[in-house]
Formats: sequence, C-alpha cells, structure tokens
Amino acid sequence: MMEVVLANLPALQVLLPLLTAPICFLVRKNGIAWLLAFVATLGSFVVAINLFEQVSNEGVLSYTMGGWEPPWGIEYRIDELSAFVLMLVSGIATVTLAFARKSIAKEIAPQSFALFYTALLLCLAGLLGITITGDAFNLFVFLEISSLSSYILISFGKDNRALTASFQYLIMGTIGATMLLIGIGFLYMMTGTLNMADLAARLPEVMDTNTVRAAFAFIIVGLSIKLALFPLHIWLPNAYGYAPSTVTVFLAATSTKVALYALLRFIFTIFGVEFAFGEMPLQFILIFLSVLAVFSGSLTAIFQTNIKHVLAYSSIAQIGYMMIGVALISVAGLSAGILHMFNHAIMKGCLFMALGCVYYRHGSARIEDFKGLGKTMPLTMAAFVVGGLGLIGMPLTAGFISKWYLVMAALEHGLAGAVIIFSVLAGSLLAVAYIWRVVEAAYFQAPGNDEKVEAPMALLIPTWALALATIYFGIDTQLSVGAATQAAESLMGGTP
Amino acid sequence: MSVVLGLFNYWIVIALMMTGFYLVIATSNLIKKIIGLNIFQTSVFILYISIAKVKGGAAPILEEGTELYANPLPHVLILTAIVVGIATTALGLALIVRIKEAYGSIEEDDIREKGGTT
Repeated sequence: MMEVVLANLPALQVLLPLLTAPICFLVRKNGIAWLLAFVATLGSFVVAINLFEQVSNEGVLSYTMGGWEPPWGIEYRIDELSAFVLMLVSGIATVTLAFARKSIAKEIAPQSFALFYTALLLCLAGLLGITITGDAFNLFVFLEISSLSSYILISFGKDNRALTASFQYLIMGTIGATMLLIGIGFLYMMTGTLNMADLAARLPEVMDTNTVRAAFAFIIVGLSIKLALFPLHIWLPNAYGYAPSTVTVFLAATSTKVALYALLRFIFTIFGVEFAFGEMPLQFILIFLSVLAVFSGSLTAIFQTNIKHVLAYSSIAQIGYMMIGVALISVAGLSAGILHMFNHAIMKGCLFMALGCVYYRHGSARIEDFKGLGKTMPLTMAAFVVGGLGLIGMPLTAGFISKWYLVMAALEHGLAGAVIIFSVLAGSLLAVAYIWRVVEAAYFQAPGNDEKVEAPMALLIPTWALALATIYFGIDTQLSVGAATQAAESLMGGTP
Repeated sequence: MSVVLGLFNYWIVIALMMTGFYLVIATSNLIKKIIGLNIFQTSVFILYISIAKVKGGAAPILEEGTELYANPLPHVLILTAIVVGIATTALGLALIVRIKEAYGSIEEDDIREKGGTT
C-alpha cells in the first residue's frame, strides 16, 4: 500500500485537492467541507515536502501519467525549481486554509462556504498542476483551471466592486491565457510535440523562423498578463483589493508566483537562454519594465487610502524585483529572483493576513481603521510590522536576504547594475513611506474606542506563523537560499 | 495568389482574432465584451484545426490501405480548449448577471458612474 502511494506521489500532489473539490461541493456542510479542504491541502503539503526531499537527494523526477511514455503521454516532471514552488504553494495554502475558517465567516454568506472551499481547492489544484506538469498544453489547461476558480474566488467579495474587478480580471486573464494557447500552437506547428523536454530538444533546428519568434512573443506577453508585470498589471489592485481577505492572501502569495514559474519554464527550459536573451531583446525590455514597475508600484502605493490597495500596488513593485533578478541572466541574479519569489510570498501572506484580522474586527481596511490599533490589536499590528519590515528589507527579515542577493548579483553588471541597485534602494525607501503611514496611524494616533479587541486566536496563529517564517528565513537561509541557488543552476544549465 | 488563397485559413484566423480583440477593447457593453472574447478564442480554435490538416490525408480512422492520415491531436487539444472557452463564457455571463443586479446596468460607463471599477 505504502509503496503504491510513494510511487504515485506526483499524481497525488494534484489529485488530492482536485478530487476533494467536488466532494466539498457535494457535502455542503460547512464544518466538514472546511475539514476536508484542510486535510487535502495539508496532505498535498506533506506530498510536496516528500517530493522536495526526493528531488534534492536523487535529482529530477519524471512521472508518466497513466503509464503513457513521454513525449506522447503527459509527463509530470519535478526538478529543483518545481519542487521548491510546489512546497511554497501548498505550504501557503495550508496556512491560508487554517486562516480561512474564521475569516470568511465575517465576509461570505454561510450558504456559500462549501462553494468557496471548492473553488479554493480547484485553484490550488490548478496552481500545483502548472508547477508539476512537463507538458506545455497541460500547463495551459491547469492555468485556466486556476484562473477560472480565482475569478470565482474574487467575486465572493462583499463589496460590489469585487464583481467588476473579477470581470475585468476574467477579460484580461482570458486574453493572456489565449495568447499562451496561440504561442503553444505555433510551437506545436513547428515541432510536432508538446512535451517540454522534447520541445527544448527539437526547437534549436527551427529556431530561426518567424513562427518561433511569434510564439515566443505571444507566450511572454500572455504570461506577463497573469504575472501582472508592469504595464499589464491593471487587473491586480482591484482584484486583490475587493476580494475576501483569505482570497487576497492566497492569490497574492501564490498565483503571481506560479505565473513567474511558468515564465521561467518557458524562457529557460523550452526556449533556452541564448534564444531568449541573445536573439530576442528580452533583457532590455524586462529590466526597463521591471524598474518602471518598482517605481510606479511603490509611488502609487503611497497614495492609496485602502491598505489592501497599498499592499496590492506594493506587490507590483515586488514583482519588479523578481523580474530584475531573472533578467540579469546569471545564476546569482536568477537565484535572487527565485529567492525573492519565495520570501515575498511569505511576507505578503503575513501582511494580508494581518489586514484580514483588522478587517475581521473593523469591517474594512482603510487607513482610518488603523488608528490606535497598536494599543487595541497589539499582536496583529506586531505581525504587520514584521511583514512590513520584510517588505522594506530590514536585516533579520526575509526581505533583506533576497534584496541583498539581488544587489550582489547586480554589482556584476556595470552601468545597468547601478541603475538596478538605485531602483532597489529607492523602492525600499518608498516602501518605508507606505508602511510608515500605517505604523504611524496604528502607534501614534489615539484609538477611536479604547476597548481591547484583539483578533481571535484562530486568525492570529496563521498570521504569526507567517510572521515568524519571515524572521526565520531572514536568519537561517540554508533552506531558501540553497533551494533557490540549486533551482537557478539547473535552469541555467550549470553555466554561471 | 497562393499567399491569399493558399493561406486562406490563416487570413481568416487573423481577421477573426483582430475582430474579437478589437471588440473586447472598444465596446463598453459587458455582454459584447464576452462575445468579442469568444470570437478571439474561436480564431485560435481554427488556427489549431488548420494545423491538423495533412495534404491528401484521410480522416484519422485506422483503415486497410490508407497510408496518410490527418493529425488528430490538435482536434483533441481544441476540444479541451472549447470546454475551457465555454466555462469562461458561462462564468463571464454569470458575473454579468450579478453586476446587473448590483449596478442596474451592463454598460461600463454607467457602472463606473455608480462606483464600480471597470
């Protein structure tokens, strides 16, 4: 029995949430649905940890779905990067579900709870599927599974604007996914295969054609929409801002990260560094847009009154940092990008959870709700400050580590590096400005009413789990830096 | 001549794709946006189906004496993509129903006036 389970771990990774979703839908009992969802997510987290250990001991894992050999059948392929992302996504999902139970009680009608968990599980299954699959078309299908369920999740928001935000995301997301489909179609046209490893082997022969160049452009633009790379980010602030707190936590910490993973997969594994950065001017475009993302995201964040919007715009800036790392085309830069993806997921998860706690007590997360919260909700605000320090990049938090590696990587790049270092530092200063506004309101202004109303434990424990993780990964970097460097090395093919 | 007639399918694909894309961007009516999105997706379906055609190939059913078959795989892929497209349309329309309930309109300008974000 155990052997069968162990041999089919890669399939279980996706199937656990995917199959639990319809069960949640059928039982319709709120408590049971939550328990099922939590157990399934926890199960997939355990599977992900197992896979991560296997990959770091034995190298790349290949699993043939239904026994059909690649390149004909669908192959699940887990290398250092996908194992790392799988662990991140399923780990965040577990913490999010622990948070969800209490949080959605205030934000969603009770008869929709089971539906909510169904959509959340489907979204998780889609994200894990994107990460684990070794088949380009399969990636598109999983992308659509996760996207469709995230539109549903966003539309659960209490505010009517959640509906229009979700609709706008649906339009942009579908255009992005369809562009990915066009790109994959062009690749299939030229090579006759959909398996990623096979594509990588066959593409060099036909590299010098406009069809492949067009495929590349379509795929990059399509995924950049899902990734919310400036200037394709306009769906993100409203989607994060009006979605229920739990959904914001989950999407902010996982969905853009997985889109980044898919982009890395296409650029580095399928097209290869030489084509992507040698023949195409991708490096200049990415660095230019990322630097703009850092500035525009951070500057816009300062002027928002809804703190959820502040953090959403800050996400756009942080995505800029990740892309800068990727665009440096060195192992150091790439591992800084992957590291920041990991650290940012934890920090943003912590911050949005703290907002969820505030929302739970105050019914909104506007700047005026934060007045005096340092006194009335000390634990929530302390977690917020930890996450905020992480965003700024204070030493002893996870954010410092990834920015440090990013600056170190940029130092090797002369003038462009100087511009990058300047924008990282300026972005951090701007982060001080928008985090300070909240801190100032919370600690230096008198509360509206003096009653001590800390958020319930069920919300505080997950929040603090992520806050402590923010500190932990700022001190003990063995796991995160080690995994990111290994992933970057395998993506770059061992060349520095 | 062969550029026009020989690549006829692909010209249709481009025309449909641009029509759909333009509709999504230009119209302010939400239903029309969804229709535009549908046309955009349909163009990609035709693109895939066109790839599958093999000159002189028979329908991909195993038969004595037939050597050359059309490629069945793109059809299967597109079957999946059609399902995805239908799900997107259904979800989009469901959202429009709720937007109409909330704002009393499906025109972007009206919704924006009433405080929606489009």
